[in-house]
Amino acid sequence: MRFLCDIERCIDCNACAVACKNENEVPWGINRRRVVTLNQGEAGEKSVSVACMHCTDAPCIAVCPVSCIYQTPEGVVLHNKDVCIGCGYCFYACPFGAPQFPQTSAFGVRGKMDKCTFCAGGPEKDGSPEEFAKYGRNRLSEGKLPACAEMCSTKALLGGDGDVISEIYRNRVTMRAARGSRSGPPWGWDSAYGAPQAASAPAPASAPAPAPAPAAPGGKS
Amino acid sequence: MTRLAAFALVGSLLLAVVACSERSQVVNYKQGSYQGKPDTPPYQNAPYNGDKAAWERAVATRAQAQNEYKRTN
Repeated sequence: MRFLCDIERCIDCNACAVACKNENEVPWGINRRRVVTLNQGEAGEKSVSVACMHCTDAPCIAVCPVSCIYQTPEGVVLHNKDVCIGCGYCFYACPFGAPQFPQTSAFGVRGKMDKCTFCAGGPEKDGSPEEFAKYGRNRLSEGKLPACAEMCSTKALLGGDGDVISEIYRNRVTMRAARGSRSGPPWGWDSAYGAPQAASAPAPASAPAPAPAPAAPGGKS
Repeated sequence: MTRLAAFALVGSLLLAVVACSERSQVVNYKQGSYQGKPDTPPYQNAPYNGDKAAWERAVATRAQAQNEYKRTN
């Protein structure tokens, strides 16, 4: 299971972060997902949605002193809050800053680690109240994908099986290239979706409108 | 002398090909080091009740909803 964020399409709307918060009832002060904008305020700024990337060889698993982090056969990195001691080593090891720690009291005392679960819950009975309280919704066991990816307004954030989402992204890039781009800056609508006028050639004003094609054009292979 | 030369030849051949070995590039995660409670696969309980193939089909179908080229065109 993988996340992929198409930075040409991410518009920094934070719908993914809100969807995650809402779906998992993430406590105040914890951000399992956030949107990072590079070169903010400059022309051509890029935004990318970041959470746990569920690494294949996850450094957090390697550094955890109590071995409370594990990887499921589906490739989702999860952890057990009953064993976590809140030391924060995983936060230092993670290149994405994914592990989060709630402030449980004054003077910056940290609670148990909390992070994106790919909406796959944790080591409790699937769909149980205990699982929801500790880890959030288990959408994966319901045959659904993470709420952030499914909620993404521009479909910049893709989530799911690595082969499937890479195929979706490859199809998207091919469509963009086929549609080309207008002359202009290398960002914006054309780089995200391809030039609109090249997508469907307008019929001449004098010619009759062509009959609708029986099959949808492009991307159906 | 001939035997020594043969041993030297075989040894040098082995030395020459020893760098040809390659460790696996695919990480096979072992559950052994995890200290917490065991987790069940996502297809273990209702509504899939252990039907992994049905769960995989459901997730793959759901993933295609993210492909707007197949969704709207």
